[in-house]
Amino acid sequence: MTTATVAPTVSRAPHSTGVLANLRWLVKDTLTLTRRNILAVTRIPEALFFSTVQPIMFVLLFRYVFGGAIHTSAASYVDYLMPGIFVQTVAFGSVSTSIGLADDLQKGIIERFRALPMSRGAVLLGRTTADLLRNIFVIIVMTVVGLLVGFRPTTGVLYYLAGIGVILFFAYALSWFFAIVGLSAPNSETAQVMSFPLIFPLTFVSAAFVPVSSMPSWMQGFATYQPVSVVVSACRCLMIGAKAANTGHSTSFWVVQALLWTVGLLILFIPIAINRYRTRT
Amino acid sequence: MTTAIEVTDLAKTFKGKREVRALDGVSFAVEPGTVFGLLGPNGSGKTTAVRVLTTILRPDGGSARVLGNDVVKKAALVRTLIGLAGQYAAVDENLTGRENLQMVGNLNHLPGSVVSTRTVELLEQFNLADAGDRPLKTYSGGMRRRLDLAAALVARPSVLFLDEPTTGLDPQSRNDLWEVIETLVGGGTTVLLTTQYLEEADRLASTLAVIDHGHVIAEGTPESMKADLGATVLEVGLATIDDARRTGTLLDALGPHEPLVNGTLVEVTVDEGPQTAMLALRALDNDGITPTAFKLREPSLDDVFLSLTGHRTESEGEDADADLTPRQRRRKKRLADVEQVLPVATGEYS
Repeated sequence: MTTATVAPTVSRAPHSTGVLANLRWLVKDTLTLTRRNILAVTRIPEALFFSTVQPIMFVLLFRYVFGGAIHTSAASYVDYLMPGIFVQTVAFGSVSTSIGLADDLQKGIIERFRALPMSRGAVLLGRTTADLLRNIFVIIVMTVVGLLVGFRPTTGVLYYLAGIGVILFFAYALSWFFAIVGLSAPNSETAQVMSFPLIFPLTFVSAAFVPVSSMPSWMQGFATYQPVSVVVSACRCLMIGAKAANTGHSTSFWVVQALLWTVGLLILFIPIAINRYRTRT
Repeated sequence: MTTAIEVTDLAKTFKGKREVRALDGVSFAVEPGTVFGLLGPNGSGKTTAVRVLTTILRPDGGSARVLGNDVVKKAALVRTLIGLAGQYAAVDENLTGRENLQMVGNLNHLPGSVVSTRTVELLEQFNLADAGDRPLKTYSGGMRRRLDLAAALVARPSVLFLDEPTTGLDPQSRNDLWEVIETLVGGGTTVLLTTQYLEEADRLASTLAVIDHGHVIAEGTPESMKADLGATVLEVGLATIDDARRTGTLLDALGPHEPLVNGTLVEVTVDEGPQTAMLALRALDNDGITPTAFKLREPSLDDVFLSLTGHRTESEGEDADADLTPRQRRRKKRLADVEQVLPVATGEYS
């Protein structure tokens, strides 16, 4: 190396290049950026507040306005509804990954990150991790709202938490998809309008709000087995029991499918997102 | 001693609806501990050069080295040696000044104790100590730029890149920032500065390269460039085109530089401003010509271009800024508009 002429003027932590050291920096930088993204959320509490208002309105709308007209062979409609609302809420929430990344690109802060000796993967990992934490908060709020409007999970705390886990894991995979959208959008406004047409059909042409059997037969196959429906069915079984959920399949059938979908989406989207981040100039 | 920055035949083309050769074989070298000014209009390739040198962008051709390290092959090492402050003040809106500096310190992999002390030092040094715990939304444009520069300095880089550090700032903030940069250079940091302002390059840089359409079209010290150009520009506005033509002939006789007649406006670079102005007014009076405007000003970047290339700095619109996002382009346009309304004049007699 011919670089010995450079005397470091600040004592940097030793910059070894081993795999383990790189992994350590990846974790540290990811935490730094997660903290930064979470701080941003807490600095605009209005945004966090209003991001829970919309799902609450959906709960009230379906619980008290449409619910009476929707007939499910499951238990009470509110028990049928809430797992669907949870999945819809985190799916819509994961759109914020695309908005946040597009915003960072637009404001030039990613330019600064690219010129720093930080881990390359930390920008995307920090963003998706922060959005995961945000989704955890929103799910807690929605659980309280659900209990207030009469949602009564019957399977016990562990199964309920397992259901939440499946939802959050799925939302994390969606975040990586929306990372790709955010990295492809020219600005945050466009990222937002690009994202909703992608997530809207998936959440509504699904088992989230109405029984698939009420849809035209050509739509039923898609509506039953597309990932959002699979995750909703898995949660429904985990939260109110396979019998009350009345999906025609066992709990493990849906949970295994939901996990397979999620892992598959992660394997697909993470490399694309990283590549997009690398090549976007 | 190793050359601080060495750029050889650097090329970068942006592919899009229309191909833009942002860098078309740029070469220059910067000695350690000096300030190098890269001077050029919007879209000339200045920002692209900085983005390549700071490892943000991969060049298509040629090579660039920072302290002897290739910016492509040794990108990770180069990033530990450099600091970047951009024209878009890339600081985080939602964090406080202190949090911004801490974040950059952490991402520079400095030990926690160093991050804390550097943060306090820099907030003091940049006159932001009182504002350190306020969110950036409450900061003025000048404060943001100072914070941006502070962020670039957290890890005490050996080579600092400043991409149009004062574009869009009011004269007072600009002056403050110049003083800070001068202090830095006194401390031995090598600085590469891009600017559209001749005045800024003149004040800060010891060596200049003028860049246009991705080419370096002139290189030298500010003094040598000004000597080539004449120290001052005399601008005379006339009532009629005929008067302007006659004025052109009169002014031509007064000095070595050839006047430029453009409609009813006559411009000529002169070496001894006030003296020539006096002679010019006398000559006009003798011929019975009454000027509608008469002023002396410092040569602008426009004048440098005119004398170097024979053309003015065109506003090249979107193609020239192909490497910018639409919002950055709009912002640049706004800044350019503001500059036209507020020209920097050295003296004006109407």
